[in-house]
Formats: sequence, C-alpha cells, structure tokens
Amino acid sequence: MPVQDLEKKFQEKIDNEVKIEPKDWMPEAYRKTNLRQISQHAHSEVVGMLPEGNWITRAPSLKRKAILLAKVQDEAGHGLYLYSAAETLGMGRDEMINDLHSGKAKYSSIFNYPTLTWADIGAIGWLVDGAAIMNQVMLTRTSYGPYARAMVRICKEESFHQRQGFESLLVLSRGSKEQKEMCQDAINRWWWPALMMFGPKDSESSHSEQSMLWKIKRKSNDELRQNFVDMIAEQVKVLGMTLPDPDLKWNEQRKHYDFGEINWEEFWNVVKGNGPCNKQRLDARRKAHDEGKWVREAALAYAAKKAAERKDAA
Amino acid sequence: MEKTIQNANSKVPPSEGFREAYILHLADSSLILSHRNSEWCGHGPVLEQDIAITNISLDLLGLARNYYQYAAELIGDTDEDKLAYLRTEREFKNLLLVEQPNIDWAQTILRQYLFSQFQFFLQEQLQHNDDKKLAAIAEKSQKETRYHIRWSGEWVIRLGNGTEESHDRMINAINNLWGYTGEMFIPVEYEKEAGIDYALIKNQWEEKINEVFSEATLSTVDSTKKTFMHTGGKTGTHTENLGFILTDLQYLQRTYPGVEW
Repeated sequence: MPVQDLEKKFQEKIDNEVKIEPKDWMPEAYRKTNLRQISQHAHSEVVGMLPEGNWITRAPSLKRKAILLAKVQDEAGHGLYLYSAAETLGMGRDEMINDLHSGKAKYSSIFNYPTLTWADIGAIGWLVDGAAIMNQVMLTRTSYGPYARAMVRICKEESFHQRQGFESLLVLSRGSKEQKEMCQDAINRWWWPALMMFGPKDSESSHSEQSMLWKIKRKSNDELRQNFVDMIAEQVKVLGMTLPDPDLKWNEQRKHYDFGEINWEEFWNVVKGNGPCNKQRLDARRKAHDEGKWVREAALAYAAKKAAERKDAA
Repeated sequence: MEKTIQNANSKVPPSEGFREAYILHLADSSLILSHRNSEWCGHGPVLEQDIAITNISLDLLGLARNYYQYAAELIGDTDEDKLAYLRTEREFKNLLLVEQPNIDWAQTILRQYLFSQFQFFLQEQLQHNDDKKLAAIAEKSQKETRYHIRWSGEWVIRLGNGTEESHDRMINAINNLWGYTGEMFIPVEYEKEAGIDYALIKNQWEEKINEVFSEATLSTVDSTKKTFMHTGGKTGTHTENLGFILTDLQYLQRTYPGVEW
C-alpha cells in the first residue's frame, strides 16, 4: 500500500477513536513523538522518586513514613509500566536510561526543585501530583493504546497521592504556628514551578499542533493550566492558605480564575539544566546505575550458569 | 526488673517490665532494619529491586507498628510514635545486626537474609506464645517473612555464585556482619520469660544458612569453632550507627515537640 494510503488509514483510525497498537503501521514521527513523550514520562517517575525519597528517613510519624514509602514505591512502579509501554515502540530500557544519563532525554523540570522541609512532601502531593493528574487524565484517552492503558492505572494511584498530600498539608494548616508557616512556605515555593509543569504557552509550544491532530494530546497546555489553577484556587481556601500570586482573582465573565505571568526565564533556565537540583538529580541517578552495575552483571552471570546447567542436564 | 535509662523527653514510664521490654525489642529491630532498607528507595541497582527492597522496608515498618501499638497498650499513656520517636540511643533495644550500614547491595541483602531467617524461626515459636496478641502478630508476619527469606536468600546465592566481584563482595559482607549474628541467640533478662528456645533457633538457623551459603559457593559455618560475637544492642549499648539513625528518624518530633503530623 502506498504511504499516502497508509497515512490516510492511520488518520481515519485516530479520527474514529480507534487506538493505535504496537504492530499497527504508524508514521515515523508519530512513533518518535510517543517514544520521546513516554520515555520522558518514565524518567520523570524515576527521577521524581528522589525529592520525596529525601524525606523518607525523616518522616515525622510512622504512619506518614509508611504513606511516603508506599508513594515513592508506586512511582517506581509507574516508571516500570511506562518503560514497558515505551519499549513497544522499539527502544530498550537500557538505551532509554542511557539517554537520560547522557542528558539527551529530558524529564519533568519540577523534580529539579529541592524538598527543603517536611511540608514540601505535602505540597508535592497536592500541587505536583495535582498538576500531573490534569495531564494524565487527558492521556488516558491518548491515541497510542499501551500509553493510554498505562495511564488508566497510574491515574488511580496518582489521585490517591494527591488526596494524601492535601490531607498532610491540612494537618499542618491546623497545627502550630511553625507548622502553618512551613505549610505556607512550601506552597509559596511549589506554586509557580507546578504551573510551569504544563509547559510553554500554546503560542510557544513546538510539538502541540501535530500532537493534537494525532490525539496524542487532547487539550492544550494553556487549557490544562487553567483547569489546574481553577481547581487549586478553590482548594487552597480549605487550607486557609494563600497562593503567591497577587493577580489571582475570579473572572466572572470568563468563569475562570485570572492569574499572573509565569517567570518564563526561570522556566527555560531549569529546562536548560540550571535549576537548583538538575545536577544533583542526574548525579544521583547515574550513581545508582553505576554502583548497581556489578549487581546486574552478577545476576546475569548467575542466570547464565543456571541455564548452562539446565542444558547439560537435559 | 530491667533498668531503663530515663530521659527528660522520654514517654516510657519506669514501670516497663520484661514483657514490654521484649515487645519493644522486637519493634525496634523491625523499625531499624526498615529504616536501613528505606535508605535504598530511589537508589537501587535496578528498578525492580528498588521496588522489592522498599516493599520489605514497608513490611518491616508495618510489623514494627503492630509491636509498638501493642507495647503502648501495655505500657499505657503512650503511643507508637512516642515509642519510636522519643526514646534515646540507650533505650532502643534492637539487634546490632540491623543497624549496620548498607555499604553495598551484598551487605544489604545478607543482613536481610541473616535477620529474616532468624525472625522466621523465632516467629514460628512466638505464634504459639501464651501471649495471644503477640502470637497473632507473629503469625500474621510469617507470610511476609517467608517472602523476605526467599528474596534475600536468592540474592545471597546469586551474588555468591555470580561473578568474581560479587563473590568477593559477599565474603566482605560476611566478614562485616558475622560478628553481629551471635547476639540473636544469646537471650537477655527480658527474653528469658518469653518462653523461647534459643538453642533450637540457633540450630535451625545455622542449618538453613549453611544450605544457602553452600549453594552460593560461600564457606559454611563451623559452629564448633568459637568466633567472638558482639552483644549489647538488646540492652541499649549500640554501635555508633544508631545515634545517626535516630537523629534522622526523630528530627521532626524532637524539633517540634508535641504536635500532630
């Protein structure tokens, strides 16, 4: 079949909401875009374990410690499903990990911010997972089948994490003066980076148009960001805290919250590697990988010995 | 009656008896090993094993909580968090083995294996204990403990019989940890009333360890040879490691006393 016909059939499937599966014909750019996005998403889950992992040994109660451990473990699990989904597009996990470590592949910039106090753990759950969910709920309907299915599973766990994060902040917001201050300070530091998670403005976004046509994305960056602001601006009232934006106010005409301008210079700086923890996060991932090398080699060597024994016995 | 060292912040009343001390000892060992394993979270050698070690950390934390909650019930006017977060280095009763540092994957999985195999035989007896609550906690934990043994034992075999490097690292881990294993089988005052046959556990434990070590091509244990064994953890005289663990663990509770989290 000529390529034009294949492309036409492919687009028809997408228009008719039929999922694209690994063995289906797909345009090379579709495969590449999905591979880039899914592997980036997998890397974000794995790098995202670091800022929260930072507080596991210091969690303030046994219950909070158990919740945090389980949460970070969930993220490792998300990383696994996503690597598997990405592998269906023809790249192995080792190669993806090498691309992360060499800096060729990106991960979400949000994880380049430090977790300075315990309240940051609640703020990450509420704001960062909250922002991620906006994007991920949309992705449960993305056109690539394995990605959409991974997202259904991930979304369930993420919304649980978001509730836990909010609940943890709620306790702080009703606590001592120091706890309230800790809570507000964490919100102040995480609010703007959380808004940046939706990416550049639609007018500046390089991948958006084609991704919408292929239904990889189904809502624009600005739409998702607005939904997020509308949600959080209400929830923050329950905490009795404020968002650090003097321009934030309800717009009766638009039926949405207006909000201030994001510091795009900071956004691009962090993307380019100059965030507070870019180096530390990548160093930590590389160190774990390098120090794990002998372990992986030993496991392979042992498996090979056992396979040889079985062959001899047969 | 065992003497407990009291500290101004401590919420453990001086009435702590043998039974309470014993349960706290069980709780502390689980908590401290959970803490050590949790240090791997996000840094494991491969994602699947990062998940596995965190899982074991969670199981041990859950077990520690069961014990602390029960101890709190017996002691009165305290709770699981006060017991975990407001006792000092000299009050913690965990085994010295579990506070030893991670060093590398070999030492981590060996520490887990040596402990889990002991815990399994101990719980086998504990589940028939006259103290029904204690028996129930032990029984409930056996399923998890079996998994911990299988997982860590398989790693001992894999690393022992893997590459030259992994074999050397296992030997190094054995040299580091072996001197802390004897303490498990030497009962202190508060353990003597728990009705446990430690000599039996020692035999069962050595037999299993020898089986696994031999499959791992590691030298087996000659129980007729006397090796010096460190003791003291169970009565609150620890290695220097514990102070740092508690500094981390207890930081927030100590900095902001008396608030909810």
